[in-house]
Amino acid sequence: MDKTLPDLAAAVTGIDDGMTVMIGGFGGAGAPIELIHALIDRFIATGHPKDLTVVNNNAGNGHVGLAALIEAGMVQKLICSFPRSADPVVFTERYLAGNIELELVPQGTLAERIRAGGAGIPAFYTPTGYGTDLAEGKPVEVFDGRPYIRERWLRADVALVKAHLGDRLGNLTYRMAARNFNPLMCMAATRSIAQVTSITECGGIDPEAVITPGIFVQAVVEVPNPQQEEDLNRAGISYAGVAS
Amino acid sequence: MKLSPMQIAWRAAQDIADGAYVNLGIGLPEMVAKFQPPGRQAIFHTENGILGFGEAPALGQEDWDLINAGKKAVTIRPGTAFFHHADSFAMVRGGHLDVAILGAYEVAENGDLANWSTGPKGVPAVGGAMDLVHGAKRVAVITDHTTKDGRPKLVQRCSLPLTGVACVTRIYTGLAVIDIEQGQFVLREKLASISLDKLQSLTGAKLHLVGPVADLIVAEV
Repeated sequence: MDKTLPDLAAAVTGIDDGMTVMIGGFGGAGAPIELIHALIDRFIATGHPKDLTVVNNNAGNGHVGLAALIEAGMVQKLICSFPRSADPVVFTERYLAGNIELELVPQGTLAERIRAGGAGIPAFYTPTGYGTDLAEGKPVEVFDGRPYIRERWLRADVALVKAHLGDRLGNLTYRMAARNFNPLMCMAATRSIAQVTSITECGGIDPEAVITPGIFVQAVVEVPNPQQEEDLNRAGISYAGVAS
Repeated sequence: MKLSPMQIAWRAAQDIADGAYVNLGIGLPEMVAKFQPPGRQAIFHTENGILGFGEAPALGQEDWDLINAGKKAVTIRPGTAFFHHADSFAMVRGGHLDVAILGAYEVAENGDLANWSTGPKGVPAVGGAMDLVHGAKRVAVITDHTTKDGRPKLVQRCSLPLTGVACVTRIYTGLAVIDIEQGQFVLREKLASISLDKLQSLTGAKLHLVGPVADLIVAEV
């Protein structure tokens, strides 16, 4: 068994129009910038994939990564908790013009919906959001005298995640707070694709240190020296696809 | 005469016990961490998966894999722990956090909080606020007593979209410290320089007196 792939282009084939794509990261930390840009390259070359539903905590910052994916016109709907950033202009303009759908989800509910999706739990109850606009249409049940709302799991066709070390079986580690949603999304997607800073031999990751076990990962691609969203934005980079 | 935002943060910090696990909202609440009383160590939690993080690094020393919920660079220190988002919110939603301190647009006398949306215009964003208000053992608010144009932020019923129902238990403002008990604002401390009548006139619901009202005294910060 070998889940490693030779390059980013190979990693993003098979992502089709209308799919739900989970994208890891919290702001720039743990955001798989190179995988996202490879997906944009494919769209520019082939017109696909489009009409994507994207799940992420945010809605992009500046004109790289998720913001560039939205700017390219590939995203029909975004499911997130906080669609604001230092430079949210790409999402904001499309949202206010009615050109992108938004499902706003409290951050802990978002994490738990993804975890539940990965764990095979179709719904759960939480007090988060009870009595607010975000509870509209959701069933309420009282447990031990306290009201809770029902939330559904969240699953995806594909997850794009960023990890630190990976081996050919798909075992992953993460770097500091770049972990965030990445391990959850690996669990909740049919096909989870991880870009890693370094591919190691099996045994190169201490079993005690594995954070995402390989069963949750279908593909691993090496991206040494991954770019950070903050650095790209400070440099004023706008990603509009590979210059060819 | 009212407290500066830093002084409000200082006052809120005095109520955080040694060993408390604390989440501070983005913006002014973050300042509370600067004013921990000597001899006490609180452990700060950030939604994106860090417990016990340290202060901001020097300019140019940022590591963008090491940020807080406001996407600002932080540092690690002895005892720091990393974890994924589901564990992070299990800490919040499972009742493991001792204190959450948040900002507010409005707080109602029954403890309802509005702090995420100013209405239908613009882009709505909620983040972790709705989780924090129902998860932490104690939910406190730090805020100006009134809006910039002088309207009360402490009200009978919130007019803005709610973050949570009956969740706030203490409010620190530039003029007073007020608890919420049995659906009422209970005045605990006020600046000596403001009269009770004046304070009431700046408050949108009745201030109840239960026991003595102390002078609100803060350090020069």
